[in-house]
Amino acid sequence: MADTELTGAEIVVRCLRDEGVKHVFGYPGGAVLNIYDEIYKQDDFQHILVRHEQAALHAADAYARSTGQVGVAIVTSGPGATNAVTGIATAFMDSIPMVVLTGQVPTAAIGMDAFQEVDTVGITRPCVKHNFLVKDVRQLAETIKKAFYIASTGRPGPVVVDIPKDVTQHLCPYHYPQSVSMRSYNPTWKGHAGQIRKAVQMLLEAKRPVIYTGGGVILGNAARQLTELSRLLGFPTTNTLMGLGGYPSPDPLFLGMLGMHGTYEANMAMQHCDVLLAVGARFDDRVIGNPKHFSSEHHRIIHIDVDPSSISKRVKVDVPIVGDVAHVLEEIIKLLKSEKDRPDEQALKAWWAQIELWRAQDCLKYEHSATVIKPQYVVEKLYEVTRGQAFITSDVGQHQMWAAQYYKFDQPRRWINSGGLGTMGFGLPAAMGVQFAHPDAMVACITGEGSIQMNIQELSTCKEHNLPIKVILLNNGYLGMVRQWQEFFYEERYAESYVGSLPDFVKLAEAYGHVGMLVEKPEDVEPALRDAFGKYKDRLVFINFLTDPRENVYPMIPAGKGLSEMILV
Amino acid sequence: MRHIISLLMENESGALSRVAGLFSARGYNIESLTVAPTEDATLSRMTIVTRGSDEIIEQITKQLNKLVDIVKIQDLTDGGHIERELMLVKVRAHTYELREEMKRVADIFRGRVIDVADKTYTIELTGPGAKLDAFLEALDPSAILETVRTGASGIGRGDRIMKV
Repeated sequence: MADTELTGAEIVVRCLRDEGVKHVFGYPGGAVLNIYDEIYKQDDFQHILVRHEQAALHAADAYARSTGQVGVAIVTSGPGATNAVTGIATAFMDSIPMVVLTGQVPTAAIGMDAFQEVDTVGITRPCVKHNFLVKDVRQLAETIKKAFYIASTGRPGPVVVDIPKDVTQHLCPYHYPQSVSMRSYNPTWKGHAGQIRKAVQMLLEAKRPVIYTGGGVILGNAARQLTELSRLLGFPTTNTLMGLGGYPSPDPLFLGMLGMHGTYEANMAMQHCDVLLAVGARFDDRVIGNPKHFSSEHHRIIHIDVDPSSISKRVKVDVPIVGDVAHVLEEIIKLLKSEKDRPDEQALKAWWAQIELWRAQDCLKYEHSATVIKPQYVVEKLYEVTRGQAFITSDVGQHQMWAAQYYKFDQPRRWINSGGLGTMGFGLPAAMGVQFAHPDAMVACITGEGSIQMNIQELSTCKEHNLPIKVILLNNGYLGMVRQWQEFFYEERYAESYVGSLPDFVKLAEAYGHVGMLVEKPEDVEPALRDAFGKYKDRLVFINFLTDPRENVYPMIPAGKGLSEMILV
Repeated sequence: MRHIISLLMENESGALSRVAGLFSARGYNIESLTVAPTEDATLSRMTIVTRGSDEIIEQITKQLNKLVDIVKIQDLTDGGHIERELMLVKVRAHTYELREEMKRVADIFRGRVIDVADKTYTIELTGPGAKLDAFLEALDPSAILETVRTGASGIGRGDRIMKV
């Protein structure tokens, strides 16, 4: 008997079901109507209708960041796809596993400048891990399987599958492959044993070591191994913005975040170490600043990364190890445990003494005020009220840095932000994605009045699904980070960084059916947060904190400068 | 330094633009690029001539390797290799003297006259890029009407084989 034939649209839905997808974020349109018709008929997964395609992408992205599963989004052709591009690029820069299904005009219309036609594969090519245009329904299921496989293995990333409308109508027997293998794609998983031995030797010889880790530790589920290794050696450890939560923040071995707005102790230790173990991090410009300045001190560098192209890109390393970070760290731990040698205790003690001197600078201290709300204070209170147990999403700017500096993350996948692309408008839709993945968790979106307005329409989606997100708006009336750079580097010429006529955010939140609060005094900060997470714990609460407009993010390494050239308060 | 890089890639639409896009997006330079199907219909072979410091060439190789459509990659410059390029040149040949001269120069360079018309000859010449340059220099510039070059194709010497 011949297999029953399914339409392309049925196949798409069956593939998602067989892939175990539970949530899909999207927005319908002409080219994907057949797929939506099939979504209507099933209840294997929930489709969440957003209010703008960009939000669907950020929600799916944050869903992936907070769970480790592949996020899924569906958008239509043309403007649906172009609206999705910012979200795709955001995920690409932070290596987030995502499958994006885009509708396309019928194959016969491709190239005819048809209604809602764009070359989606062409437009997204530079910001995807890979993309496909499916021209034959018989290749649809295998292509979707490949998309999930590519998105989630090696260095993860978004994969776009562009599906012309006629392909969703055509029939063919359905078979979803259990696995796929591709001769052109075989990510390295196991680290080179010889290199690992060299790394262990180098770690044992270290006198001034630092362990520097990035988003790779989060993505590679290696937080446990990292913590074990740091403690086994007693080495100081620092995380990048993307790596926060990879090592428990309140721990004494933790130096805080490094980089442009990193701590004094982390940046100084990084600059002056003799052996550096870099794990799932990429020495980018916001982390080490000027690579020449960094290399002016002699470092011996071990670099573990799943992506060989991240190694020796900005900084030449001595021991490259390509492989899965969790697996390589485990190998290192195993070898260290079988070794009798231990690092030079005296040297390590002296190094820690030096680090404690740097730490004594207390670079994150700020002036408290009885009259005006300090943004740092809001984040500290948020940490207390949520007992450090919330998922925190953020937008981009000063508030993002304060969130990173003052909310002490002690678990991976709790800190959700657009680090690489720096996409304003990320925070609210990201909070939606997190809340769908973790319905009972506390989810707060720390944002600014600039960023929140870039996807504020999603308050409507939140209402539809009764998402109890807490929007923590640090409202200083300025595009704060722009203002800070203008103050420091443009002689206080505040070009277009003051946002005039802001809406009444309380009324706006209420108009969307949520709870709105305005907080103007420092003493009201904590009660407002307690209400938000107590009395209103089942509601979306939008708190407009009017904060000190003159507050800046410190420490700061000016762009192009070196790690030890920080501006302190 | 000049490098000649060979790739085997899936014969899929869009594979060429992935390579070309990578070079432009990351600011790498391409001196020449040739691509054509191989005896295995599922594979295309590409030869790229590029220039850059050792660090840049290392990045180029790694970034190319990362493209999902690329099956194999080899920097031919790392070992013994042969490269050849094909050039077609249309030259003035409207007088007896010019016809003699063009034929003679073509013979010296082991080129062949492959088209003869009232006023022109078309000469075919194969060799490493430098030989083609030398041929053009040997001609009176005013005699050259048109040139077309394929860009270099390369292959490893002896047992150096790139195959899937």
